[in-house]
Amino acid sequence: MILHWFKKKYPDFWEIYAGSFNHQEHNDIDNERFVVFDTETTGLHFATDRILSLGAIGVIGNRIDVSKSLELYLHQEKYNNETAKIHGILKLGHLDKVSEQEAVKAFLSFAKNAVLVAHHIDFDVAIINSALHRMKLPPLKNKICDTGVLYKRTLDIAPDNKHYGLDELCNIYNISKHDRHTALGDAYIAALVFMKVLSALKKKYPQLALNDLFLPRRRQGLI
Amino acid sequence: MKNTIAERVVDFLKNHPPFSMLNNENLFTIAQNVEILYFEAETYIFKKGQKVADTFYVVKDGAVGVYADDGKTLVDKCDEGDIFGLRALIRKDFYQLDAIAMEESIVYGVGAAFLETILENNEDAQNFVLTSFATYGYEVQASLDAANRVNMAEDITHDALMAKYSKNPVTCLASHSVQHAAQLMTENRVGSIVVTFQNMPIGIITDKDLRSKIATGKYTILEKVDKIMSSPVICFHEQITVAEAQVKMLNHGISHICITTDGTSQTQLIGVLSEHDIIVIHGNNPAALIKETCRANQVEQLAFIRTKITNLLADYLKQGLSMNYITQIISEMNDSICKRAIVLSLKEMETPPPVSFAWIALGSMGRGEQLLPTDQDNALIFENVSDDIYDKTKAYFVNLAQKVSKKLLAVGFEYCPAEMMASNSKWCLSLEQWRQQFEYWIKTPTPDNVMLCTIFFDYNLVFGNPQLVSSLTQHINFIVSGFDTFLQFLAKNAVQNPPPLGFFRNFLLEAEGGHKNQFDIKARALMPLTDAARLLSLANKIHGLRGTILRYKKLAEIEPQNAAIYNSCASAFKTLLRFRAQYGLNNQMHGRYIDLQKLSKSDKLKLRSAFSPIKEIQSLIEVRYMLARLI
Repeated sequence: MILHWFKKKYPDFWEIYAGSFNHQEHNDIDNERFVVFDTETTGLHFATDRILSLGAIGVIGNRIDVSKSLELYLHQEKYNNETAKIHGILKLGHLDKVSEQEAVKAFLSFAKNAVLVAHHIDFDVAIINSALHRMKLPPLKNKICDTGVLYKRTLDIAPDNKHYGLDELCNIYNISKHDRHTALGDAYIAALVFMKVLSALKKKYPQLALNDLFLPRRRQGLI
Repeated sequence: MKNTIAERVVDFLKNHPPFSMLNNENLFTIAQNVEILYFEAETYIFKKGQKVADTFYVVKDGAVGVYADDGKTLVDKCDEGDIFGLRALIRKDFYQLDAIAMEESIVYGVGAAFLETILENNEDAQNFVLTSFATYGYEVQASLDAANRVNMAEDITHDALMAKYSKNPVTCLASHSVQHAAQLMTENRVGSIVVTFQNMPIGIITDKDLRSKIATGKYTILEKVDKIMSSPVICFHEQITVAEAQVKMLNHGISHICITTDGTSQTQLIGVLSEHDIIVIHGNNPAALIKETCRANQVEQLAFIRTKITNLLADYLKQGLSMNYITQIISEMNDSICKRAIVLSLKEMETPPPVSFAWIALGSMGRGEQLLPTDQDNALIFENVSDDIYDKTKAYFVNLAQKVSKKLLAVGFEYCPAEMMASNSKWCLSLEQWRQQFEYWIKTPTPDNVMLCTIFFDYNLVFGNPQLVSSLTQHINFIVSGFDTFLQFLAKNAVQNPPPLGFFRNFLLEAEGGHKNQFDIKARALMPLTDAARLLSLANKIHGLRGTILRYKKLAEIEPQNAAIYNSCASAFKTLLRFRAQYGLNNQMHGRYIDLQKLSKSDKLKLRSAFSPIKEIQSLIEVRYMLARLI
């Protein structure tokens, strides 16, 4: 606690974000707020690539509130022609765009202390963390869940090294692949996957608790 | 601001009513505020007794069952695009039904308040929601009729129409007596007579002249017509438009214009154009059509009038007039055609009828529910005669009936395939024979006899001696009241066609025959309602009410405890009848068999919404007549 006095002074938005964790009550799974999100990026190197767009929606229980969703497109200094084929975001597109700082700020105030959920979340968290790093801010404080990992836990025999892509899970869960590769579209798909995986897990483990969902801390940032 | 999910929600909603009836802006507002809900199989979306949410629901994926009786009775299966939980929109109280995900489902929760404001300005969507709400049987007696508004758009093209005058006008000479002129007018059922000299018009006498100049005692009926005729007459050539005629009539303060070869009174008279003729052109005047019918001397004229009636029906449906009104008007006109066919046939007979008789319409025509001409079902009752002349008398009436049937065929009413026509000697009987016939049917209720009863019980006097009919009715009531089990058989017949409720999109379709895979709206939906109404009316000794709608209305009065069911049956019947008429008109046929693939989802839902009351009324009958024991 004493260390608190020596802590660097961070901008207000960070303090508010960090402050939301102070009184965190750990709810049960049904009442916990999850924020499912996805980032579209210029590439797969979280240190050097940049976020092109970010989509996030809140899930509480079995509920997605469309009016409370976040969809951001970022100004780019760095642009990779190769990935444009996938996400379709042009460097000078017609969408309203924000700066990286603004995007991170909006994301933090949207996410607050919610549990973050994404498909292969390590990468998404890492790329946001490196943006935070550029802003001289500490990494994300949220608990995180990975839909890919959770899915594997629904299987009786999980193949160790197999990675389940979002497309694959769409097929398995019969989810339409509309808007695949837009950030909010992928976030929405991941949210559906998350709700379906969660209900499968609850069936398999009736005692399932919120803590069981989290990805171990030590894995964060590893890809 | 961009919202990819909302856009996708719009993409989905816009294909499903009532959202399909909204504009994009409204849709986007709704979509932005949608809650996306995920339900595992067998979980509740809402429970009976729960407070109504402020959202109603649209199934995005999966299927949701709406159940009554604590989950025992499936009221409705909703799948992709279907809406449920509409109670949120209309009443703020507690759910009456359970909604359970039948399989894993994604459901959109739509804020009721959003839709409510949008509905206020969109009548189509409003009607749709009201009908959907009525899906749950008698929860709301939202009759579409009430929501419909009469929309009488003035048809400006009428002004350019040529006026159609009456050719071969009735004429007399100046030397004729007023009495003679009046007799001619009466014989020809016209309101005016033109006084001519060498077939050139010199004057005109109208009903009004007779009233103001003769009936007042100013002149005697033996006076010569030139004393009272209006002269000179206003003439016009035959190329006269409605507008020209109207202006001329207004300018001269007259109601008749003589049409002559060159438009002056110095040439041959070829016709008379009356105010009435203009009303006929303006159409949509049933009174004028009925008058025209009463004057028709040729079957072809009747056939022409029948097509006009169909046009009138189309207009009425378009205007959204109440089904009650439409059925009454159209059946009145059908009856008048039938009457005229009888009168014309009587004229062809060599002798007048030996005794009085009554021509009765049966089945849908008897109930006054035949909006588009289908087949003719009719019968004839003649006064009792002594045995020695029975055969001869009967032969006369069969002969008459054959003439009438032939005329009705020419008008557009097909022969009844089962030959339930007065021209069939089986259905052309004396009053006594009819009494015996009904007594036999009632006391020997084989399925065939019960079926005959259902057709013959809906009789309605078209022409002739009303006492014959009322005497028969009395007799039937007497027999039925002394033979209660008959009602049980009638009840069994009434529930033999289960409601075509089925699962969603699985309308019960015809499995074989020429209408394979089509939906038989008559047998599957209209008939069960009609049969139930007939049975319950008979049981309640309700007589003299024509038509299923009126029967249900009366039943609702008599049994207030079941009023909700009866009213919802009446509503459903109206919806179905309207649907059949509209479908028939659109597809140039009588509308009995419906090709579901041709229907929009909204129409399918509308149709389906009318099915629930069938189930309600049938279970009421099953309980009341303890059919479980009988079957």
